[in-house]
Amino acid sequence: MEEKKITVRKQKIKKDYTKIKLAVYGALTLLLILVAVFAPYITPYDPYEQDLGNALLAPCREYLLGTDRYGRDMLSRVIMGARSSISSAVLLVVIITVAGSIVGILCGYCQGKLDSFLMRLSDIFLAFPGMVFAIAAASVMSGGIMNAVAALAFISWPKYARIARSQVLTIKNAPYISAARLAGSGTGKIILKHIVPNIAGPVIVTAVLDIGTMMMEIAGLSFLGLGATPPTAEWGSMMSNGRSMLQTSPWVILAPGCAIFLTVMVFNLLGDTVRDILDPRQSRRNRS
Amino acid sequence: MKLEVKNLSYQYTKKGRKILKDFSLTVENTERVGLAAPSGYGKTTLCKLLSGYLEPDQGEILLDGKPISSYGGYCPVQMIWQQPEFALNPRLRVKEAIREGDQIEERILRELGIEEDWMNRFPAELSGGELQRFSIARALGKRTRFLLADEITTMLDLITQSQIWHFLLKEAEKRKIGLIVVSHDSELLDRVCTRIIPLEEEKGEQSGQAPS
Repeated sequence: MEEKKITVRKQKIKKDYTKIKLAVYGALTLLLILVAVFAPYITPYDPYEQDLGNALLAPCREYLLGTDRYGRDMLSRVIMGARSSISSAVLLVVIITVAGSIVGILCGYCQGKLDSFLMRLSDIFLAFPGMVFAIAAASVMSGGIMNAVAALAFISWPKYARIARSQVLTIKNAPYISAARLAGSGTGKIILKHIVPNIAGPVIVTAVLDIGTMMMEIAGLSFLGLGATPPTAEWGSMMSNGRSMLQTSPWVILAPGCAIFLTVMVFNLLGDTVRDILDPRQSRRNRS
Repeated sequence: MKLEVKNLSYQYTKKGRKILKDFSLTVENTERVGLAAPSGYGKTTLCKLLSGYLEPDQGEILLDGKPISSYGGYCPVQMIWQQPEFALNPRLRVKEAIREGDQIEERILRELGIEEDWMNRFPAELSGGELQRFSIARALGKRTRFLLADEITTMLDLITQSQIWHFLLKEAEKRKIGLIVVSHDSELLDRVCTRIIPLEEEKGEQSGQAPS
């Protein structure tokens, strides 16, 4: 009898690039964070020193990204801006993730009246268009980047509360929770040891994906003059300063604009990769 | 020590079917009682009530004359579940689950056939039979007086079944732990139990079902 040949169709099995992607995007993110942390040491010029004689210079060898209308070096300002933009976005995401998750876990675990009250409250917040509410809140609280963060935190936590609550509800009645209770574990121990590790995946994925979005929202508020106050170097307010000169000296708006674009893209790509690893059920790879 | 159930009634929703009605049972800690009934007759519900995890609508559950809910901390009535995959936290190593129990002796782990290198694994890295050994070990803490076994070997092969039951019977006898065994398998119940109680379904108007 003729022996049948077994052939493995290698081309059908796609190579899994997730780990390499994580390394690349992780490194890029780390680079951005390092730039933000060491900003004062790597700027070629003082980002706040005015030199009106050299105002609005096009990019050249001395000023790689040109200068703005006060003669400040754009490259130095973009590097300095990384600090406020990235740190405020990360801070905002940490605040809303922690606060939202605490509310969500509380609601899911205790249920009852507290749950109804807090969830209706979050419904109210979800019903507002986020940016409009943030504009209103930020203008009431006056400018300053911390107030912009507070305004956005105020409107953004319900999303995390919802995610955490739904996750808690799905695992709350699992036998291992009952077993922990039978073994005499208190509520705090059950939440920390059994609930938090089991709901962390989707929450972290959402948080990482949100960093980019939140950075844009903060930049948006700053662009409208409700975030960072001049002369602070912040990408949103820098773009706002340059918008009237788009036709005569486009580098003033393009430099911070590209910085936002690149940073948000890196954070989003990182978020996508983290999702592929932590939450394989939702990954695009498996969906198609 | 005695586990007493007096006139127990329970229903999940106010208008729903009464899962249990006026159910009474007394189990000594030297006994092995089998509960036999088809699906949906409230076997698991009874287990949840007995371990104090659900509050009864009516009636009381007494352990040594004291209501079961008054035992704070470690519950002397421990439970083993049907599906070990859900009975162990998927994000914790199994040795953490053992640590959660009440000072589990090394001897128990050894006699259950748990191997040393299983301890550092996550539940997803062990098979169903291996996991069930862990959830049995976890329930056999120092202060355990009664053990509820809810279909604990239904999904295991015959060799593992006999290993597990062999161990459980020996352990229960030695430490004077009362066993309450729930199963569809009447042969198994005949083998391991000293007494078998069939659960009966509440029917007709007594069931409290809303007329439709």
